[in-house]
Amino acid sequence: MNQWQPSASIEFLRQRAAVIRQIREFFWQRDVLEVETPSLARFGVSDVHLENLNTQYKGPGHPDGLRLHLQTSPEYAMKRLLAAGSGSIFQICKAFRDDESGRYHNLEFSLLEWYRPGFTAHQLMAETSALVSQVLQVPTADIITYQQAFLAQLDIDPLTANVAELKALLCQHKLADLAALTEDKHTLLQWIFSQLIEPVIAQNQPCFIYQFPAEQASLAKLSPQDPRVAERFELYYQGIELANGFDELTCAKQQQARFEADNGRRRQLNKAEKPIDSYLLQALAAGLPQCSGIALGLDRLIMLATGAEHINQVLAFPLDRC
Amino acid sequence: MATVSTNEFRGGLKIMLDGEPCAIIENEFVKPGKGQAFNRVKIRKLISGKVLEKTFKSGESVEKAEIMDHELAYLYNDGEFWHFMNNETFEQIAADAKAVGDNEKWLVEQDTCIITLWDGNPIAVTPPNFVELEVTETDPGLKGDTAGTGGKPATLSTGAVVRVPLFVQIGEVIKVDTRSGEYVSRVK
Repeated sequence: MNQWQPSASIEFLRQRAAVIRQIREFFWQRDVLEVETPSLARFGVSDVHLENLNTQYKGPGHPDGLRLHLQTSPEYAMKRLLAAGSGSIFQICKAFRDDESGRYHNLEFSLLEWYRPGFTAHQLMAETSALVSQVLQVPTADIITYQQAFLAQLDIDPLTANVAELKALLCQHKLADLAALTEDKHTLLQWIFSQLIEPVIAQNQPCFIYQFPAEQASLAKLSPQDPRVAERFELYYQGIELANGFDELTCAKQQQARFEADNGRRRQLNKAEKPIDSYLLQALAAGLPQCSGIALGLDRLIMLATGAEHINQVLAFPLDRC
Repeated sequence: MATVSTNEFRGGLKIMLDGEPCAIIENEFVKPGKGQAFNRVKIRKLISGKVLEKTFKSGESVEKAEIMDHELAYLYNDGEFWHFMNNETFEQIAADAKAVGDNEKWLVEQDTCIITLWDGNPIAVTPPNFVELEVTETDPGLKGDTAGTGGKPATLSTGAVVRVPLFVQIGEVIKVDTRSGEYVSRVK
C-alpha cells in the first residue's frame, strides 16, 4: 500500500538538503576538513548497549569470506586520521545500529561528527552551540553539569545516591515498574535522566549536560579536577538528545582497559564479546593529539528544524520502505 | 505458552499482564544515549477496561494472550446469558453480564457483533457501529421543529436512552452510533 513512496514530504527533503548545505558551509568557513571513512570495518563496537549490523565480503583477497561490521559511528576511523596528522576534521555519513527503531531511531541514520585538536570540552560545546543556534534559529545553549541537573530537578546527588534511593525516586514518580527492571545504578541514572530530566530541561533553548559520571565516560577522559566524573557532554533540545561529545581519551592503555571492561560487562549480560579494534589502539599509541569531538544526530537536528514528530518524516525510505 | 518479544510490539497486539489479557494501544521505543533501551507501552486491560502505562526492557519476552475475535449474530438473552451464533457453522456461544457490560443496550437480534474470546471464553462483546432501535418513550415534540435545536431524551426498545431531535416520536425507528451513543437519523 503506497510503500514505494517516500515517508518524508518532498518539502522536508528540501529543508534537509538546506540544513546539510548550511553545515558544510559552517565548517568550510572554519577551515575544518571534510573527510570520508568506511561504513564497513573489520572491527565492531564493544559498547554494551550498541550492536553492529554485520555483513560478509567474499572476493579477491578473501576467497573464504571476511566478516565486516557496519559502523555504529565513524569515531575510530576518524581518530586514526587525527593520529596521522589530519588536523580538524568533520564528516557527514551514514551509521548503522542493530536493534534500534522508533520515533527517534532508524537502524540506518545520518551522523555529523567532528573533531577539534586543541579544543577543550567547553570550546567544542561553544562551537556546537553556534552551529545549532544558526541552523535552528534559536538562542545559544545553556551549560549545566550532570550533578547540577539532578540536584536542581530532583534534589538528589547522582554521584553519591545509591540504588535504593534511585529506585525510591522512580517509585515516587510513578515509575515503579521501571525501577523493578534493573539493579544497576547507572542504568537507573540513565532512565531517571531520560524520563524525569530530559523532558523538562532545554525547552526554550538547547542545553548541554556535561561531566557525566565516570562509569558513563564512554571514550571521554576523566576530569583532572574530579575523577568521579568524565569530560563527556550531551546536547538536548525540546526532549531530543541531539549530540554526544568528549574531551577524548588519548591514552592507549586506558582505552584498552575500557574495551576490556566493556567485554567483561558483555560476558555478564550473556552478550557476545567484541574483538578489540587494534588499529585504534595502535593509533592512540602512536599519538592522538589532545582533542574534543562530537557526534550529532543529523536526522534529529532536521526533525527540530522542520518540526517533524517522527524520524520517518525526515527520511526518504526508513526501515519499513527500504 | 506462546511468548512475544518487545520487538514484536505494535498497536493491537494482545499480551498477558498480571494474569489478565491486555491489548497494546501504543508502543514507544526509548533509548537513552549509551544506555539500556526500554519500551514504554500504553495498554488496555481487556477485562477491567483499565488503561495503564507499563515499561518493558527492550528484547524482553512476555506471554501472548490467546485472544480471538469472532463475528457472531446476536440471538437472545435468557435472563442470565446472552446467546450468539455463528451463521455458517450454527455454533453458539453464551456471554455473561461481565462480558456484555454496558453494551447490553445496543444488542439487536440478528445484528452481527464481535465476540472476543480469551482461551475460548467470551470476555467482551462489541456491537456494530450503528444499530437501529425503536423509540418506546419520549415527550411529544413540537410539530415543525426540524433543526433539532436542543433535543430531548428518548428511551429505546432495549432501554438505551439517547438525545434525539424534538420531531422524533414514539414508535419511530432511529439509527444510533454505538461508539458515541449519539442519534444519527430516523429510519424510514
